[in-house]
Amino acid sequence: MNAENDPGTLRETASVWLAHAGGLHARPAIKLTKLARRFACDIMVGVAAAGPWKDAKSIAQVLSMKVPVETTLHFAAQGEGARQSLDAIVKLVESDFEVADAAEPRDG
Amino acid sequence: MSENVGIVIVSHSSDVARGTADMVRQMVGPEVPLAWCGGNTEGGLGTSVAAVMQAIRDVWSKRGVAVLVDLGGAETNSEMAIEMLPAEMHGSVVVCNAPIVEGAVMAATEASGGSSLDAVRRAAEELYPR
Repeated sequence: MNAENDPGTLRETASVWLAHAGGLHARPAIKLTKLARRFACDIMVGVAAAGPWKDAKSIAQVLSMKVPVETTLHFAAQGEGARQSLDAIVKLVESDFEVADAAEPRDG
Repeated sequence: MSENVGIVIVSHSSDVARGTADMVRQMVGPEVPLAWCGGNTEGGLGTSVAAVMQAIRDVWSKRGVAVLVDLGGAETNSEMAIEMLPAEMHGSVVVCNAPIVEGAVMAATEASGGSSLDAVRRAAEELYPR
């Protein structure tokens, strides 16, 4: 998957305001990537609705964005469970990264 | 659930190694095999080849092990420890070129997702490219 390009027309999108002190630094970024990895679909994250996009399942890519506090995070997902994944991610960010464990686990 | 790549933390200081392991556990979770060692056999600052070997054995699986080190001596002794392990383990244990705390957290995060040893090493090394 080339995370930089438009991932296609059949995708879900969501955006959420990042109010977390310190922005998307290591601790919240790890929770975000771990949650994203629970889902089979591709999930991308960016700071603008048109991208460019980074892979939300890659801790290195998410941290490279250095997202500061008071930024709108944009997400795009495509594939199995796309809508579910974005709902869970938005919930995580809105909870100030407290409710990661409340997300539905993948069947192992 | 299948096994994950294991993480070994080697510092000249046992406090640093233990603290780094605590950070990894707290930030990443329990699903990554994790071991740490630090200090020499006299209880002072340094590293012990035997301790590194044991730590690697504690977390080794066919998925492999990524080792995080602080200063030069830790890297040298870790490389020596790997050479002294059974031949079948040699290709699956790597020493990462990364800062010990940040590298351990990134490597463990990547490992927790079931990534390969190469992806785990890259995750440790990409955050602060040298």
